[in-house]
Formats: sequence, structure tokens, C-alpha cells
Amino acid sequence: MPEPIKVLTSRTLVLTQANIDTDQIIPARFLTTTETKGLGAKAFYDWRYETDGTARPEAVLNRIDPTEHRILVAGDNFGCGSSREHAPWALYDYGFRAVISTGIADIFTSNALKNGLLPIVVDQATWDDLVAHPEQPVTVDLEANEVRRGNHPPVAFAVEAFARQCLLDGVDTLGWLSNHTPAIEAFERSHEPQTVTETA
Amino acid sequence: MSVPKTLYEKVWDRHLVVRETEATPGVLYIDLHLVHEVTSPQAFSEIESRGLKVRRPDRTFATLDHSTPTLPAVNGQRSYVTDEARDQVSRLEQNCARHGIELAGWDSDARGVVHVMGPEQGLTQPGMTVVCGDSHTATHGAFGALAFGIGTSEVGHVLATQCLLQRKSKTLRVTVDGELQPGVSGKDVALAVIAALGFGGGTGFVIEYAGSAVTGLDMEGRMTLCNMSIEAGARAGMIAPDAKTIDWLRGRAKVPQGAAYDAAAAEWLALASDPGATYDQEIVLDGDAIRPMATWGTTPDAGAPIGSKVPEPQSDSDRKAIAYMGFEAGQTTTTQAVDVVFIGSCTNGRLPDLRAAADVLRGRKVKPGVRMLVVPGSEAVRRDAEAEGLHTVFTEAGAEWRLPGCSMCIAMNGDTVGPGQLAVSTSNRNFEGRQGKGARTILASPATAAASAIAGVLTDPRVYLNEASPLKQSSAARETIGANNA
Ligand code: SF4
Repeated sequence: MPEPIKVLTSRTLVLTQANIDTDQIIPARFLTTTETKGLGAKAFYDWRYETDGTARPEAVLNRIDPTEHRILVAGDNFGCGSSREHAPWALYDYGFRAVISTGIADIFTSNALKNGLLPIVVDQATWDDLVAHPEQPVTVDLEANEVRRGNHPPVAFAVEAFARQCLLDGVDTLGWLSNHTPAIEAFERSHEPQTVTETA
Repeated sequence: MSVPKTLYEKVWDRHLVVRETEATPGVLYIDLHLVHEVTSPQAFSEIESRGLKVRRPDRTFATLDHSTPTLPAVNGQRSYVTDEARDQVSRLEQNCARHGIELAGWDSDARGVVHVMGPEQGLTQPGMTVVCGDSHTATHGAFGALAFGIGTSEVGHVLATQCLLQRKSKTLRVTVDGELQPGVSGKDVALAVIAALGFGGGTGFVIEYAGSAVTGLDMEGRMTLCNMSIEAGARAGMIAPDAKTIDWLRGRAKVPQGAAYDAAAAEWLALASDPGATYDQEIVLDGDAIRPMATWGTTPDAGAPIGSKVPEPQSDSDRKAIAYMGFEAGQTTTTQAVDVVFIGSCTNGRLPDLRAAADVLRGRKVKPGVRMLVVPGSEAVRRDAEAEGLHTVFTEAGAEWRLPGCSMCIAMNGDTVGPGQLAVSTSNRNFEGRQGKGARTILASPATAAASAIAGVLTDPRVYLNEASPLKQSSAARETIGANNA
């Protein structure tokens, strides 16, 4: 279980490009791993490294100190494409704890929430403001469901209620689901017509 | 009178173990869990570390596809791209053996890309809930199943409990009326729909495809269409089961046989959305107006009829995409030399896809300098294609005929498009670097890919289809091609 998130204040890293897909976040050739750890080194790999593996000095992700930039502000439709959970694993391992965008893909949202990476969708004006002030401290407050910057009025964001509870309280989702075993068994008893039939 | 329900609502309601509340999502039962080597090892590790078992190995089926080489073994040695890839495959073999899960492994004649082999084996059936740790799971929705991709944590949830925590999605009906022109395929419909919806336009929705142009598609064309639902951001795509669905599945290995099949089929036909059912959103497209499509950018929604001009960029992202592709706004994309043509993937690696490509290629040659790779979607597709002699059409034209797998669709097995090379690909994603670092991808149909291989530039396949059998084409279609390519 990742550590619970409650309130986080950090500088932001801004990547304004829209449609940053999970192939950008972690290219497919790194998916042969059988681990969840250590993928931060591969995060945005093709943005950060040349074909021969040398680091691109101009790549912002090679220049910042990830421990000081916990919040990623990114363009619309962030995390689209492949369902690989390696994407939030890589972002978390790199150092991010929250992503703010005007739109975040469904499966990415679901994967991120399970891995201590908070996906936050804000309106265009808020996003514009964040983009206009890169590197500035921003507070993400999951208890209050608010994003705050400087003296600006707080901006509310929505997180699916159960996922929020899991993040705040460190609830183990699989454990919670397993507690429904009696209901699952009862369902299976009444559900036989859908059973996958054996090979004839 | 009960409230009219959509296909999605019917399947959803039948699988709810626990209803959703404001505070908690619903617990949704999963009938079929498909597993492959890339997104499952961490899930098996997770449940094993908790001492849990796979709850329903009989509802879980695995295949090898993503990391697998497409060249035959030499002296028993397969040409894995790395030792890590080899280990990943053996991890799945071990996990399946340990948990009693049926695996379509190297020796199986059922092995194939997960979304090709599932329906082929009859594992996918109408009205089922189907999941896989893969975003193109929506493919199975062509059978009226609720099928969607999940992450690895959720793969663990389904392994351990056969259930998922889910919120109900909104519904979007995409109606494509009319009749498709010759040379226009399910892929062109998919690219036209995604262009209309926009890349994130389907986020939060389950799409139901309807209309005469959709029901007119064969099952493979319907799978192609549902497959790409995720490219509009939708969770799933579905099509109501009809007589074609029933005929296609009859007699397949894992469906009920004999009278039991007819009983099941009657239930499946009743899954269609009720008259008067309502959707949260609707769009309607004119099927007659769809032309062979190709993409010009680095998102699947950046598609337009072949021969149309690259649009003026509307944003920095557009500008970046056009620059990455090496195109220019206001120019057509039909003049740049193509380096690689890829036919395959869970979008277009089925028998009718290979036939469509072979129809264009027969008696012609791939342009020297173009590398063309044809990768069947499954062992069954490979057998059928070889029985028809399609492989000879490809190899005589100068293309490579490979073993089934994802191959250049995701380029993680060593089959890659080189840096800067331009590919016309029948797969589903044209993201930067998707087919290899620096690779530039144009998405198109199998017929278009084949035509482009011959011409060495992106080409409307109707040019060759007309040449081959001019009587099949209406003069209107020829005029349109002329206009598009002008
Ligand atoms: S063919 Fe491509 S899209 Fe389909 S399952 Fe394989 S990698 Fe995914």
C-alpha cells in the first residue's frame, strides 16, 4: 500500500502538451519487467534520453529535483492510451504524488488512485493559472477536496468517494473486496447460465 | 411496464453482486478474465503474497502475445528481444501452471493476440462481462459483451475475487447509417468515428454502435470498430448481438453445443437495447460518406479521408504532432515515401483483414525499399490464411509472413519501425514512438496499407481495386478517388 495522501504542498512541474499517453509516460519496451518498483528511471524515457541512451540536458525532467516537484500539471486528456499500470508506477517512483489536468483518462485515473498518485481534474481557468505559474508551491488538500495556490480562492475537485476514502485512510481495496466473498458466492450460485462451458 | 434498458444496462444489471452507493462503487462480477504476460506478473505476485488463490481458474484464460518473437524458433531457441522478455513469458507459464489456468502457450494451436483468440475460441459470448489487463479489451464488445481494459491491481482483484469495484458509466450511442462504399472497411468507420468524437471525447462513456453501416459489417469488422473505442477515450464499445453474431460463434470450442447453443442464442438476441431506451449522448454519422481514412498526426483522432490536406494546427499539440510526423499543414500526406507497412494486431489481424490486403496485393509487388510485415492475429488465422494461400500472395509480393503476436503494434518484441521511418500500419495507435523510438505512424485499413506498400506512398486502395475489377466500382466512387487524390 502506498502511503496515504492527505495534504501535500509542493512546487509544480508543468508539461502543457495535450494527450500525453501512457506510451510517453513509459515506453512499451520497458514493460517486460515483472516488478512494480524502480520504474521512475524509465519515466518519460524517450523525452529524457537520446536513442543512444545519453541524457538530454534540455529535458526538464532531467533538470528538476523530483523530491521538490511532487505535483505534475499536464495538458488535457492526460494518461490516455494503454491501460498499463506501469505508468502510475513510473510517475510515483519518479516522485510525483498528484497530476493536475483539465482531463484525465479513465483507466489511468483508476490505476493512479490505487497507487497513491492523485489525479485531479480542474477547469480551464484554474489550469491556465497553474500553467502561468510553473514552479510555484501549490497545495493539494484531499481532506478538503481543494487545490490552493497563493492567495487565490481554493478550487474544489472531485474524487470518487471510495477511492478518496482508501487514499485518506489507507484502506486495502483488495481486502475490502474480499470481504464480499459471501455475496460473491451467492451470486455465483444464482448465475450459472453464464458459466463458461467446458470444451465440447 | 418496465423502463426500457440499453444493452449496456442489461449486462451491467445482470452482473451486479453489490449495488453501488454514493460512498462505495458497485461490485461487478466478471465472467471471463483474459490474461497475458505483460500486465499479469505483478498481479500474481500480489495475490500470492497475501496467500490468496485464483478464485475461478475456469473463468480465466491466458495467452502469450506481447513479448513474443514472430520469427520461428531456430534449433528450439526463440529470438526473444531480451532475457527479461523471455523471463516474462516463463513467469506466465509458471503462474498458469501453479494456479490451474488454461494457457494458449507456444505449443497451443489456439495461441494468438488476446483479443483475436478469445472470440475465436468462443470464450467471448454475448452478455458476458469480459476484462483483461489491456485497453483494447473493448474488442469483445462486438459480441454484445461488456468488455473493458483494467490495470494490473485490478487484474489481481479479479484473480482473487472474480469481481471488480466499478461505477456505472454514461452511455453514448454512435449510429452509422447508410451503406459503406466498396474499399471502405470497419477500420475506416472506426477512424471516422474517433475523428468525430475526438481523442478524449468518449471519456466516461460506454459506446453502443448502431445503424445499418454497423450491422452491415461482418463480425471481424465489428471487432475492429469496438477495438478502437478506447482511442476516443471510451471505456467500452458494444454492438447488439444479431443473427451474424449467433452464426459466427456457433460450433466454436468454448460455446455451448447443440440445443444448449440455441437456448443461449435466444437469450443473447434479447440483449439488444429496448425500443425507447435512452442514452446520455448520441451522435450520428453518414456511412455512405465515409472514405478510406488515414491519420496525419500522433493521436488516433487525427484522421481524414486519404488525399485530404493536413489541417491548420489548432494548438501547440497539433503543431508538435504535425512536426513530429514531418508533414506540413495544407499539404497532403500522400507524397512522402513510406518505409514500413505493418498488417496485423488485434485491430486488423483477422482473416478478412488479410484477405482484403491480399486482394490488393495479388499479382503486384511491394515497392523496392519498403519493408512490409504481415503478422496474423492468431494461430487459427495463420492456418486459415495459409490454407487459402494468402501467405504466398504476401511473400511473392515481397512481404514478410510472420508468426502470430502483437509485433509492431506495440514494438516490444523486437519488431520495430526505425527512428524517423514512416509506417502505414493497421494497428490502433500512432503515438510518438509507439512502433519504435522516433517512428512515425499512419493508421489505416489493411487494404490501404497494402496499396501503400505497392505505391511506396500512402495510397487510397480503390485505385488498385478499380484496376483489378473495374466493374465492381461505381463511377461515382472513381470520381471521388480522383477528387481526393487531385
Ligand atoms: S495487438 Fe496491439 S493493441 Fe492489440 S493487444 Fe497487442 S499490443 Fe495491444
